[in-house]
Amino acid sequence: MRVSALIPKYPEPETYVGRTHYCPGCGHATLHKILGEVIDELGIRKKVILVEPVGCSVLALRYLKVDGIQGPHGRAPAIATAVKRLKPEKIVLTYQGDGDLAAIGTNEILHAANRGELFSVIFVNNAVYGMTGGQMAPTTLIGQKSTTTPTGRMIEYAGYPLRICELLNTLDAPVYLERVSLYDVEQIARARAALKKAITNQIEKKGFSLVEVLSNCPTNWKMTPEESWRFVKEEMTKIFPLGIFRDR
Amino acid sequence: MSKLYMKGNEAIVEGALRAGLEGFFSYPITPASEIIETFASKYFADREREKRGEKPLYPKFRVFMQMESELASINAVMGGASIGCRVMTASSSPGISLKQEGISYIAACELPCVIVNIMRGGPGLGSIQPEQGDYFQAVKGGGHGDYRLIVLAPNSVQEMAEHTMLLFNLTNKYRNPGMLLADGYLGQMKESLEFPEVPIEEYEKPWAAGNMELDGEQHTIEFLFLTPEPMVEAKKRLLEKYKTIEANEVRYETYKVDDAKIIVTAFGTPSRVAKAAVDLAREKGIKVGLVRPITLWPFPYKIYTNLTSNQVDRVLVVELSFGQFVEDVRLGVEGRAEVRLFPKFGGIVPTEEEVLEKIMELV
Repeated sequence: MRVSALIPKYPEPETYVGRTHYCPGCGHATLHKILGEVIDELGIRKKVILVEPVGCSVLALRYLKVDGIQGPHGRAPAIATAVKRLKPEKIVLTYQGDGDLAAIGTNEILHAANRGELFSVIFVNNAVYGMTGGQMAPTTLIGQKSTTTPTGRMIEYAGYPLRICELLNTLDAPVYLERVSLYDVEQIARARAALKKAITNQIEKKGFSLVEVLSNCPTNWKMTPEESWRFVKEEMTKIFPLGIFRDR
Repeated sequence: MSKLYMKGNEAIVEGALRAGLEGFFSYPITPASEIIETFASKYFADREREKRGEKPLYPKFRVFMQMESELASINAVMGGASIGCRVMTASSSPGISLKQEGISYIAACELPCVIVNIMRGGPGLGSIQPEQGDYFQAVKGGGHGDYRLIVLAPNSVQEMAEHTMLLFNLTNKYRNPGMLLADGYLGQMKESLEFPEVPIEEYEKPWAAGNMELDGEQHTIEFLFLTPEPMVEAKKRLLEKYKTIEANEVRYETYKVDDAKIIVTAFGTPSRVAKAAVDLAREKGIKVGLVRPITLWPFPYKIYTNLTSNQVDRVLVVELSFGQFVEDVRLGVEGRAEVRLFPKFGGIVPTEEEVLEKIMELV
C-alpha cells in the first residue's frame, strides 16, 4: 500500500484562498479560514454576499472568494439590511471589527439586531484599532495601553469596555448571540461551530445571529503571538466571558 | 392620460413607482416627510391587498423601510444599488448633509440610485421654509473626494414626477448617483399634473454583487487601492464618464431669449417667478428673456456663453441663497456681460414685481 492512500482526502478549499496580508500571529487569517471552511461545507459560496468593514479586514474579499460589498466604516448592518430584504435568497454576512461595530457603527448594529434582520454578523473583538495603528477601542480593557491611552485606559476618561453580546441580549429580536475565541485549538473548533450555527440560522430563516470572536493584535499590543493569545485567554475573557448568551 | 392633483412630494413617489422602484429607505424630515409617508401608505396598502389575495398595484416595490438614521438610509441605498436593484432615498438639507459620506462611497463605486433633496433653510437647523443653499453641496460634491452627481432641478409638480423618472434612466445609463434638487415650495405645493409616458430604460447590470450565481465570477463592489497606479486608472475612468455626461446630458429651458438684451436666470421655484417677471417687462417693451437650467450638473455653461457672445449684455441671477448658482452663471458668461445677483434668503421667495424692479434697474 502506498503511503498516500493512508492520508485522508480533504476537499480543496473553494472559498478561502489563503496567504493574507495580516501580521504574523493575527487571528483574522484563522477566522477567515474557518469561515471559508464553513461556507464550503454548507455549499453556499455562490449565494454569499459578504459586507466588509473598514479596518484590518477591509481586504477580506481578496481572501474569501465570495461576492461582496466594501461599505463605509460601521455601516455594514445598514447595507446588509437592504441586501437581505431585497434578495432574501442570498446568504448575507457582515464581518466587522470592534471600532467598526462597537464605536462608529453602534447605532447600525443595534437597530439591525432590534429589527431582527435575517443576516449573520461576525464581530471581531481585539480590544484595539488595528489598521490605524493601535488606538483605544470601545472594547479596550481598563488599564490597557494604546496609542491614545498611553498610560492605560482610565474609567474617568473613557468609561468601561463595551460588551456587545450582553448589550444585544437585552433586545427581543436576536435569536443567537455567542462569544467565542481563537486562543487554542479547542476554542477555534468552537468558533467554527458558532459560525456554522449563525449561518444555518439564516438559512433556516430563524433570525438575527451574531458571533463575537475574541481575537488578538500582537503588533499593536506589542506582544509575541503567544503572549497575545495568553492575554486573550487570561485577561480579555475576564471582562468578555465566553459562552452562549442567546440561542432560540 | 387623466389629470392628477397632488403635492410635489407625492408626485415624486408616483414618478419613482412608475420608474420601477424596488426599494425605498429613508428617515423623516420636514419638508420632505410626505415622501416617506406616501411610500409607506402605498407599500402597506399593497401588503393588505396581498393578504386579501389580490394582486399588488406595485409588484416591483418590495422593500420600504423607515431606517434609524440618515446614515443608515443612504447605506441601505448603497446595499440595494450594489446588488443591482432600483433604490432611492429622500430627505431635506440637514439630512442630506448626514448622507454625504454614503453619497461619496456610492459615487466611487459607480452605483445608480436616486437621492431627493427638498431643500429647507440653512445653515444648521435653519428653518423649514424653502431656500436653495444646498446648491454647492449638490453640484460641487458635498462629500469627500472627486465625484459628480447628476443633479436635476424641477420647477413644477409635473416635473417633480417627470424628473424623478428621468433621473432613474440617467443614473442607470451612466452607473452614477443622481440628485433631484427641489426647494421646499415644490415639495409642499399642490398642482395638477399629467403623467407622460417617460419610457423606462432597462440596463443590464453584469457588475452587480450577487451575480456569482449567474456567471461563477466574483463580483465585489469596492473602491480601495493600496498603491497609486491602479487608483489613477480607476479615477481616469470616472473622469471620462463625467466628461461623457457633460457632453451628452445638459438640459435647460429658454424663454423669449431670441431678441433679448437682458436675461434673467434662475432654477426651481424662483424660475417661475422670473418667467412671470419677464412677461411683465415684455409688456413694458423691455427685451428680456429667461434661461432656466434643468440639469445643474452637468451645468449648461454654453447657453450663457452663446447668449452673452451675441446680443445679451446684462444677466440677472435670482436665487434663494447668498449666491451660489451665480458662480456657475459667471463661469458661463466669462465677463462678457454684467452679472447682477438678486439673492433672497431666509425662506422668502421674491415676488414677480420685485424681480421686475431688478430688471428695470438693469435697463
